[in-house]
Amino acid sequence: MNASTPEVQGHGGTQKTQFRQLIKKMGSLIGLIGLSLILTFASPYFLTMDNIMNVARQSAINSLIAIGMLLAILTAGIDLSVGSILALSTVMMGIVVVKMGMSPIIGVAVCLGIGILLGWVNGMMLTKMSLPHPFISTLGTMNVARGLALIVTAASPISNFPASIQFLGAAFIGPIPVSFILVLVVYAAFHIFLNYTTVGRYIYAVGGNPEATRLSGISIDKVLIIVYTISGLMAALGGLVLVGRVNSAYPLAGLGYEFDAIAACIIGGASFMGGEGTVWGTLIGSMIMAVLRNGLNLLSVSAEMQTVAIGIVIILAVYIDVLRHKAAARFKA
Amino acid sequence: MKVSTGTADMKYVSAIKAFDVSGGLCMSEYFLSLKGICKRFPGVNALTDVSLDIKNGEIHALCGENGAGKSTFIKILTGVYQSNDGEMLCEGKIVRFNNTKESFSLGITAIYQELSILPNLTVTENIFLGRELRIPGFGLLDYRRMNHLAKTALLELGIDIDVTKTASEYTMGYQQMIEIARALIANVKLIIMDEPTSSLSGREVDILLKNIHKLKEKGIAVIYISHRLEEVLAIADRITVIRDGCKIGTMERSEADEEKIIHLMVGRTLEEKFPRHQAQKGDIALRVRNLNQRGRLKDISFDLHKGEVIGFAGLVGAGRTELARAIFGADKIDGGIIEIFGKEVKINSPKDAIHHGMAFLTEDRKGQGLILMHDIIVNSTLTGLKKFCKFGYFIDQKMVVAEVDEMMRELQIHPAIPKMTTRLLSGGNQQKVVIAKWLCSKAKIFIFDEPTRGIDVGAKVEVYNLINRLVNEGAAVIVISSELPEVMGISDRILVMNSGKITGEFSCLEVTPEEILKAATGGINHECKHA
Repeated sequence: MNASTPEVQGHGGTQKTQFRQLIKKMGSLIGLIGLSLILTFASPYFLTMDNIMNVARQSAINSLIAIGMLLAILTAGIDLSVGSILALSTVMMGIVVVKMGMSPIIGVAVCLGIGILLGWVNGMMLTKMSLPHPFISTLGTMNVARGLALIVTAASPISNFPASIQFLGAAFIGPIPVSFILVLVVYAAFHIFLNYTTVGRYIYAVGGNPEATRLSGISIDKVLIIVYTISGLMAALGGLVLVGRVNSAYPLAGLGYEFDAIAACIIGGASFMGGEGTVWGTLIGSMIMAVLRNGLNLLSVSAEMQTVAIGIVIILAVYIDVLRHKAAARFKA
Repeated sequence: MKVSTGTADMKYVSAIKAFDVSGGLCMSEYFLSLKGICKRFPGVNALTDVSLDIKNGEIHALCGENGAGKSTFIKILTGVYQSNDGEMLCEGKIVRFNNTKESFSLGITAIYQELSILPNLTVTENIFLGRELRIPGFGLLDYRRMNHLAKTALLELGIDIDVTKTASEYTMGYQQMIEIARALIANVKLIIMDEPTSSLSGREVDILLKNIHKLKEKGIAVIYISHRLEEVLAIADRITVIRDGCKIGTMERSEADEEKIIHLMVGRTLEEKFPRHQAQKGDIALRVRNLNQRGRLKDISFDLHKGEVIGFAGLVGAGRTELARAIFGADKIDGGIIEIFGKEVKINSPKDAIHHGMAFLTEDRKGQGLILMHDIIVNSTLTGLKKFCKFGYFIDQKMVVAEVDEMMRELQIHPAIPKMTTRLLSGGNQQKVVIAKWLCSKAKIFIFDEPTRGIDVGAKVEVYNLINRLVNEGAAVIVISSELPEVMGISDRILVMNSGKITGEFSCLEVTPEEILKAATGGINHECKHA
């Protein structure tokens, strides 16, 4: 009936809308491909099988943590405690397996269990104690978990893990690192979880409009507790991979990992306002960071300069997104 | 309170109180002339060759269905959009606004349906936002003077509120007056009001209309946009109708009547404004006894039957929305019994309410009804998502799409693009998506809070038909509305609320608007008390 309003302009431009959405989805992928192309020309070593698998392996830990972080960001939240959860869960595994000599299965259970427990505590503090923002609850947990990790290890690392525990982080199947296969499996599972289960849809809804979600009969508390619990679990899983890679659990592991994870989500197109962001975008975001670090290494750029570069990429990625939004808005107007 | 009245004070006060002398000395009769305005969006001509003159101090009503192009037109006037073609003359000079600041500096401002009040600032701070007065030579804000002027401006509008309280403490009705006061203080020449009465009721509408006349006396022109044609006819000097982005015609008030305007607006005559349902009253679906909520609701008791529509009338702030939220579990109650189909139930959250077959369509569609950034599919299936699940948790996407497609056809949601972000839909279509959400949940008891606020005549009838269909299928419905004709037109029974209590019950067949108004205001000092 009323086809002549700006509000319904998408009707006339369905194909254009779809094209724009495709661009939006592909934005970070294009960035990744562009970055890879540049590095291919800049360094002869970049596009070798060995190096690509190296990048895949290096990105694995951040990818695992970032996918948990994505859930928190989708609900317009944040999880600052992931790095510390990684540290505490892995040193506890070290104590159980290496120092107490228990079975690796129990060790893995302890590791993941601590991740789940701390994540659950984050969620409970946010919802049941009504702390005003997850920044606060997870900041608290970040400090508590880090401190505990230092206390239980007397600030020294634990090494010599059995091969079974190292499998995830160190083993290869053919040329492909197991850790990267794990990432792909986990991401596929999260894709299904977020898009094809009720809880997944509710996570997007809570981030988009909490009041409308509540009035639609959804328990926001339950959703948030699930989100932070999963984030904790993924941090511990990331820890498991780290232990395998370096054959050591140390109390200062995972320092600053929360920011890499957040960066991966944001570069991958997730909105800090909540409700927007995809699993595959996050994977690409994490890959961009790994490729960038790897490329800068190949080009012998110093670690200090690498940090500067990562910072610039984060800001550029979000700025491009802002420009894209503005262009879309102007297009709409 | 003693207030120093310096010269700056006098300037502001006189702007509020006295005639605007300069208005009378204006060089041309027209404040604003638009010639051949065109606005194109990709794939759509939103406005085609619209020409319009606004005289100094006239009340010019703009009528048209939602999507007719009114919003686009306003946005061009205020500089939010720029026209593709045509020119605009302000006081005889060609102007082109690139943003709202530029239009504002020439004395043009708009008060939108969604108010732009900052809830965390005080009334005074809102009124003076961007134009704060400072203590001369000091640079610090002069709160005493600003409070005084804000108070004066609001008193002028017949509103006596504490200007040092935050705006969030006042209902939408008062917030709107705060916006008008803001325009007054800024000394504007043209105020555009977009659906100003959609959130007001009874007396407040009268106050607003009276105030619009005061603005006119001061030489301030008003462009008045409303779906309520009674108001348009009561207040406008001239009326312009637009349809499908074209101006259909401008007429003097004396030439216009409701039938004619509607005919021009929709291009067809509306058979019936308020169709009636055919259902027979059945068993009690919802029984509320002695519901209390501290400071808001007092001893509310009523029965709602299957196949019945109860209308809740009352002023803004009478407690109708609060009652709906309390029954629905959105806010905690301090006592009372709720029975659903004869069984007493405990409702502690919306989840419980939905479990017992209730649906609540909030008055604030955008803030509480929809997730604007998400599409029609996600929004319309949010409440009923569980029923599309296989193996308990996994959503059957095909089933979802099929159901959404069917609902979009049934409710005539336009455009019928399931992946369309709901932010981009018009008000009427957004409301239909909210309705779809609740149809999907298979509710038996529906609470509609201002279901037709800000949606056009055609879509309103569609909503009424939908309510009737629900009732015919055995649902029980509560409609909260500030539009008296609407309450009287679609309800079987009318309950009137006043200050958190039910103060009247009427059958729709034998009630007059005066009786309802009396119950809504009756006996109690209703001098702009906020909840």
